[in-house]
This record gives sequence, structure tokens and C-alpha cells, in this order.
Amino acid sequence: MISRNARIAWLLLAPAAVLLVAFTFYPTVATLIDSFHSTPRGRRPAEWVGAGHFQTMVADPIFRQAFVNNLIYAGVIIPASMGLALAMALLVNARIGGRAFVRLAFFTPTILPMIAVANIWMFFYAPDYGLIDQILGLFGMGGNNLLGMPGTALWALIVITVWKLAGFFMIFYLAALQQIPPSLLEAAALEGASPAQRLRRVILPLLMPTTLFILINAVIEAFRLVDHVIALTRGGPNNSTQLLLHYIYQVAFSYWDTGYAAALSVALLAVLALIALVQFGVLDKRIHYR
Amino acid sequence: MNRVTLNLIAWALALIWILPLVYAIWTAIHPPAYAARFELFAPLTLENFVRVWNAVPFDRYFLNTVLLVVFVVISQFVICTLAAYAFAVFPFRGSEWLFMLVLIQMMVMPEVLLVRNYATISDLGLLDTIPAIALPYLASAFGIFLFRQAFKSVPKELDEAARMEGAGPLQVLWRVYVPLARPTYLAYGLVMVAYHWNNFLWPLIITNSVTTRPITVGLQVFSTVEQGIDWPTITAATLLSVAPLLVAFLIFQRQFVQSFMRAGIR
Repeated sequence: MISRNARIAWLLLAPAAVLLVAFTFYPTVATLIDSFHSTPRGRRPAEWVGAGHFQTMVADPIFRQAFVNNLIYAGVIIPASMGLALAMALLVNARIGGRAFVRLAFFTPTILPMIAVANIWMFFYAPDYGLIDQILGLFGMGGNNLLGMPGTALWALIVITVWKLAGFFMIFYLAALQQIPPSLLEAAALEGASPAQRLRRVILPLLMPTTLFILINAVIEAFRLVDHVIALTRGGPNNSTQLLLHYIYQVAFSYWDTGYAAALSVALLAVLALIALVQFGVLDKRIHYR
Repeated sequence: MNRVTLNLIAWALALIWILPLVYAIWTAIHPPAYAARFELFAPLTLENFVRVWNAVPFDRYFLNTVLLVVFVVISQFVICTLAAYAFAVFPFRGSEWLFMLVLIQMMVMPEVLLVRNYATISDLGLLDTIPAIALPYLASAFGIFLFRQAFKSVPKELDEAARMEGAGPLQVLWRVYVPLARPTYLAYGLVMVAYHWNNFLWPLIITNSVTTRPITVGLQVFSTVEQGIDWPTITAATLLSVAPLLVAFLIFQRQFVQSFMRAGIR
């Protein structure tokens, strides 16, 4: 006998449930199963290959590089974009001149498609006549192909991503900052707290739920955003900008090796699951919700 | 830190942040010779825009994108509202657990599952259609989460009063919960418009013809390095593709930020 609540709830949940099963839960399980099978080709159906793909993966230098690159990429982008977002929010929350313009400037990257801004950044990075190389040239350090050199290409993409994400995260910090009751800050000031102390003891703790929310988004973006890789480098030069999702995309839709792509997807899912566990397990306990 | 330094930092950062857009505008309205030569009195031209507009079926791409965005946002509103209402107002045994299961979708985004989702869309016979671009995103865990938060903050008395008047569950939702959650709808709607207007990877995979391709995928033809880089064409195409969003944002800037604050997304 199900309760009245449960009956109504299930009716309301039905559309979302069907879609979530069809496009999240079923494909997750199917990907797991696919990862133990060969890629079906022509009339030959998929066969059980056990851990075959995973053995290939561990020995695959491109996968290893994509994995390491993605860790560096995430490890830089997440703290850099979040830190900048907080700084931007504090700046536009303070009394500065031309606040509307500054706010607008910080936020523009958010509404511009990554694929479109990648085209513009391509000019900044272009050797010799690109803006950055022109400036470097003034100091006698010109002639750099920033996107074409394995040592700098990943960093060039990191800069674009941080530029893109910081303004978006700023909005969330700004919204949270404006909801802090002024009386709390006044009380802290009366007690003789310096601005730095007020930031550390009052503002940051109150921003913790927002920080967790932004952190989740930053992690997702660090493993999801590959538009600029496709537009600018296609993983090159020499796989120096290869990221996990981009490699999955290449293996699946350029080489049509869906079995191996499934195994790579499982690896990415495992990374995301691990991060989710850490986030909800460790960080959630340290955050004081109001 | 004194006021002057604060202003200096803010403005320096702001100028760096807006530089790509400023550069794009500069190049798009000048002849190709001035793409990397910045002279204040260089002649102005609109020719770049005309050339780009004639080079690819921009009007069709715009129409596809608008159809896609409208379809996604309206469907998400309906689907996520119903689910969020169930979680917020009709708790049953195991519903908390079920909600956690829904939240998994936040981390397992459709892009990670693109190989399998491509197969599903193919089995449904929907390859290269606009609904195919939208389907994996319609039941958004993010949307369900936000609407649930908004519904939970609605005073219980209002719900009870409406029930006393004899309103059914859907009437209560429509008359009480949805109106009170308006700022959340606005904030979420704006983020989703920007997100799906700009989405690239999944549409790139699932579409292959002019009649379905959204603007982001159409734009990709300009970023092929092999054809020799023509900056004015690239920047003009880029500006054309973002113009509607940019104009909308300039008009609604204040409401945009305020809706975030009222929605309490933080």
C-alpha cells in the first residue's frame, strides 16, 4: 500500500525519471558494460574482452598524457578561477568608480560561446603578429608560437578557461556577498577587526556554502569544457593539450572505436565519482549552513 | 588597501577581461589590413559582416539555435518544476535517497556519456534533429535542485490556505509555488539560455546538416586553420553569432544580477 504522497510524487516525477534513466543511468550502466566488450564492426557483433580495454588504456601513452594534462588543467583552473571570482566580487561589491562597467567587463566572457571566443584568442596567441607575441617582441622575446609549442599550449588553454569561468563564478559570489547582513560587518569593525580579519573571520565562513556550490561547478567544467581544444589545438601539438573528454571524443567519433571510448569514459566517470565523494564526504562537514 | 589602489586593480582587471571583445569589434569594423595594426583613424567598414553573412546560412543557424533554446528552457521549466515540487512538498519513504540519485546527474554530465547517448539517439531515429540536441539536458539535476530550494522556502501556511480553498496539487503549484519562485526561474532561465546558446560539443556530434546545426557548430567552419586565417572574417562571424545574447544581456544586465540575488543562488 503506497501513501497518497508517494502516488502524487511519482506522477510528478515520472517525466524527469524517464529522461534521467534514459540519458544518465542507463547510459552509465551501458558504458560500463560496453567497456568490457570489443567494438562491433560490420557484421561482427561486440564480443566480451574482459579487462582488455583497460590493459590497453594503462599502456596507452596518449591516455596517460590526457590524464596528467587534465589533472594539471583542473588543478590550476579550479583554484585560479575561484580565487579570481572572489576577488572580482569583492571589488565590484566595494565602492569603486564605474562599477557597472567593471561588472559588465567581468561578466562578458560568460555569455560569449567558448567556440567563438576561442577564435578571438587564436589571434592573441598567433606567432609574430598576434597581440601577445607583438608585446613580447617589444622586449626582444618575440617569435613564439604559444599554441604550437608543447611547453606552452596547455597553459594557453588554461588562461582562456580561467578568463571564461571567473566572471561566471563572480556572479554567485556577488549574490552571496550582498546577502551578508551589514550589521555583522559593522559589529566586527566595532570590535576592532581589520579588513583582512573581517574577510577571514566573517565573510569567508559565510561564503562557504557558495564556495562549495562553485567548487562543484568548477570541477564539472574542468572535465567538461573542451570546445577550445577542438577549435584551437585538437589535442596537439604532440598531445600536449589532450584532455580526457577530448580524447574520448576523438576515439569515439574520429576512430569509431566505441569499445575503447567506453573504457575511457569509465575512467573519466571514476575520476568524477572520486571527486564527488571527497567533496560531499570531507568538505560538507566543514561547512556551516545557516 | 586604499581606494585608489582598489580602483586601479578593478579597472586593470576589467580592461584585460573585456579586451578580447574590444579586439573583435575593432577588427570586424576595419578592412583586413588593419587586423593587427591599430591606428585610431583607420577607415571603418561593414563589409566583413556582409561577406560573412553571405558565406554561411546564418539566418538558418540563428533559427535553429532559437528553436533549440526555447525548446530546452520551456521543457526544463516544466519537467524540473514537477520533479522539484514532488521532492519539496510530497516527501515519501525513500524520496531523500531518490533525490541524491538525481543529484548524481550533476557530476555525470551528458558529455561524459556522449558515446552511449549517441547510440540511444540513433536507435530512436532522431539523429540530426533539434530534439536530439535537447533531450539529454531536459531533466536537469541542477534545475530540480534549485527549484526544490525555492519551493522549500515557501511558507507552509500559503500552501495550506490554498488547499483549504479546495485547490488540487497542480493548482497549488501553479498558483502558490511557481509565482513565489519567479526570481529563481528568471535566474535559471537566463543561465540556461546562455548555456544552450553556447553549447558546442554535443550539437557538433549529433547534427550534420544545415537545417539542424546551431550557430556554435556553424561557426566552426571559420576556425579551420587550414584555410588560412582571415581575422576580420572570424571576428565578424563571432560577433554576429553572439550579438543577440550580447544585446539581451546589455538590456537586462541589472535584472540578471538582481534575479540571482533574489533567487538566493549562492
